[in-house]
Amino acid sequence: MSLQEIILQQLINGLLIGSFYSLVALGYTMVYGIIKLLNFAHGDIYMVGAFVGFALLGVFSTAIGAGWLGIVAAMLCSMVLVGLLGVVIQRVAYRPLLKAPRLSILITAVGMSLVLYNFVMVLTNGEYKAFNTDLGFSGVSLGALYITYTQIVLVVATALLMLGLHWFINKTMYGKAMRAIAIDQDACRLMGINVNKTIALTFFVGSALAAAAGVMAGVYYGSIHFFMGFVIGLKAFTAAVIGGIGSIPGAMLGGLVLGLLEALGTQLPMVGSEWKDVFAFVILILLLVFKPTGILGKSEIERM
Amino acid sequence: MNTEKNITTQTRLTDNIYAGLEKKPVLYGIFALLIVAVLLVPQFANNYLLEIFTNTWFYIVLCLGLNIVVGYAGLLDLGYAAFFAIGAYTTGILSSQFGMNFWLTLPFSILFSALSGVIIGGPTLRLRSDYLAIVTLGFGEIIRIAARNLSITGGASGLIGIERPYLFGIYLSKIHHFYYLFFLLVILAVIVSYRLHYSRLGRAWQYIREDEDAAEAMGINRVQIKLYAFVIGAIFGGMAGSFYAIKMTAISPETFVFTQSAMILLAVVLGGMGKIPGVILGACALVLFPEIFREIGQMRMLLFGIVLLIIMIFRPQGIWPERRN
Amino acid sequence: MPLLEVKNLTLSFGGLMAVNNLSFDVEENSIQSLIGPNGAGKTSAFNCLTGFYRASKGDILFQGKSIFRMKPHKITAMGMARTFQNLRLFRNMTVLENVMSGMHCRTRAGALAAVLRTPGQKAEEKEIRRVAEECLDFVGILHHKDRLARNLPYGDQRRVEWARALATKPKLLLLDEPAAGLNYDEKEQLIDLIRRIRQELEITVMLIEHDMGLVMRVSEKITVIDYGQKIAEGTAEEVKNNPRVIEAYLGKEDEDDD
Repeated sequence: MSLQEIILQQLINGLLIGSFYSLVALGYTMVYGIIKLLNFAHGDIYMVGAFVGFALLGVFSTAIGAGWLGIVAAMLCSMVLVGLLGVVIQRVAYRPLLKAPRLSILITAVGMSLVLYNFVMVLTNGEYKAFNTDLGFSGVSLGALYITYTQIVLVVATALLMLGLHWFINKTMYGKAMRAIAIDQDACRLMGINVNKTIALTFFVGSALAAAAGVMAGVYYGSIHFFMGFVIGLKAFTAAVIGGIGSIPGAMLGGLVLGLLEALGTQLPMVGSEWKDVFAFVILILLLVFKPTGILGKSEIERM
Repeated sequence: MNTEKNITTQTRLTDNIYAGLEKKPVLYGIFALLIVAVLLVPQFANNYLLEIFTNTWFYIVLCLGLNIVVGYAGLLDLGYAAFFAIGAYTTGILSSQFGMNFWLTLPFSILFSALSGVIIGGPTLRLRSDYLAIVTLGFGEIIRIAARNLSITGGASGLIGIERPYLFGIYLSKIHHFYYLFFLLVILAVIVSYRLHYSRLGRAWQYIREDEDAAEAMGINRVQIKLYAFVIGAIFGGMAGSFYAIKMTAISPETFVFTQSAMILLAVVLGGMGKIPGVILGACALVLFPEIFREIGQMRMLLFGIVLLIIMIFRPQGIWPERRN
Repeated sequence: MPLLEVKNLTLSFGGLMAVNNLSFDVEENSIQSLIGPNGAGKTSAFNCLTGFYRASKGDILFQGKSIFRMKPHKITAMGMARTFQNLRLFRNMTVLENVMSGMHCRTRAGALAAVLRTPGQKAEEKEIRRVAEECLDFVGILHHKDRLARNLPYGDQRRVEWARALATKPKLLLLDEPAAGLNYDEKEQLIDLIRRIRQELEITVMLIEHDMGLVMRVSEKITVIDYGQKIAEGTAEEVKNNPRVIEAYLGKEDEDDD
């Protein structure tokens, strides 16, 4: 392959992985926007989403096969179940601590992450699970490039989910309530908005998107494991910061930017794929030094 | 408001027990007894027990170090194992590859851990405190991945054959040598923690934890004061790492995974952030629990996570509450 | 040279001008007030002076040196202390510890000195304690020094704030609504205290206050602002009779029609 083709191939990979980052980053950014919490368990929610999808696909495949129909059914069910899991976590672990010192709720989020992570580890005996589908590897060739139909469908699906979210946030009452709460919770309470319910809804939507990303990642990589959420959690956070934490379009953009940067960065001399994760974290640290508000984030008022 | 009320009533129940422990003569008596007991243990205990005790001393030092960051300054460091790794690798590399004497590697270990503390903390501490948590998490991964992939750190298999040093003419090789050496470190760590806590700097950490704006209005440079805590914590971790390297004589990247950082954090939170006896208790629990319940194996971290959640939700002040007035 | 010179200070939040081209001076050893209706921008102006907000334009000179956009802790170290409109005590610390915070910027013992307990560090600790007790004595609550700040009655909590600000050894003390929530007796004591701060400690005092009676009695000069802009300035008498001030506080008569 020529250099251009390598770069093009990497751009396509970056776009795909970046769209997973975006979906997970959305959950981070929404929760952060509404209750200013870094939900450390969010990466693990993504992982749980993948495993729930895996289990459901196992059930559905006997009835409707593991083709697109089965996958979509498994993904939608996983989104609902994991969305509810997000709501339960919010209710049990975070809500009692909303008025406590910040450190307490952050540590609770870390504890939640440990619980999910180790629970799945115990359940799966720490093994990789093959995410078997009937999709095959057919696709289209463009010169030396080869793009599978699966890849195309995944990108389209991500785009659809994001468009759906955009519509939900901007056009529905619930979305407006979310945005309002992010600005001023007390005022919302006075205006008769059910703040607790809206926060729960935010967790539902964020977790459901992460679950969708988890299932799609399973389809894309072909296998899943209990620690798949750890690194993606960190990266999705990086993506959210790149876009500007709290900003929903920012999270979408940030994920794609990070995916592309990573894909291209690993092609640089000296930066092999084993350094891929380091590359992302270095970006995060540099960003926090030079532009902590990200691309689309609002500057954190004039307060110093 | 509600949680605040809960805390006070819960504290009152255990107040009487702890009140007795905190009277000064009683306290000194207990200290003296404890120290004598600790010094006598090697006369009776077998190597397995000594190994566990030594391990406990080691974790106490690490936990006291993290306590300065989390307990005193109220900052969440999720990559504490990274500083531990930096100390261990500094000593490991300098002694195994450059033939440097262990004691001479200590200043380098302090230097490198402090320097990395400044590099990570300096820019991050200017921002909201949550950013520090995620950056330290990322930093922990960077250090581990770097240790895995560099040739100077021995790659995935790590470093072996780290030279053990002499102390007062004794070649440190037996487990009871390390038992005593690490206990000495515990005493040092306790003194340093205690003196820092009751100093101008210690008070400044508390002011910032209580109310950042008011602290700034009092002329306290919040970034600088937090950085102090972060860097001192880093130095503790680095030092502990150096001593770990000579005790084990071999180190590998898998010692410094996130789980390690999370466990140290758990011990600090379990005992009660900011309180020296509580943190010591937490560290003991951390080492002893898996030794006593060997059969739980894989379930260990799951249980730790559940314990962490329960503490934060129901008893955020830890098992050793701070008594004030 | 005035102690504090505010020149064309402007602060905007998005499109809203919280402080608009505001200029005033504070003379050394004076007692001065900044007043205005609710939402006029008084606290915003205070926050700009003390570095808590970054003003957009203008300049602030303190003892002839610009402190414009400087960080709060530096401004305090230069000799300008403040209190907060809503109490901002370190609630879970003792009264004495609260006041000791003020001495932080006047002392320098670091980590190493603390660990080694050097003679210098010990002497410094004593000095911090002495000054803190002196300040508590000055505001009259030395007997409360070992109680937790949150357990004090409201009026005494206010005094802890004043003592804490005094412990920073300021040249200029900015009080943000010091009389809020105080009863009649406590207000009388406050007036007395403000005068004593100027006379005995030679500290210049500037306050934001809603209680007009108190402001008129204690201030030598009053600056009135509305919508972030200065609308009047002068002695109590001058300001009281200024038509623009009356209008700002009571509204124009013809506004009642709609």
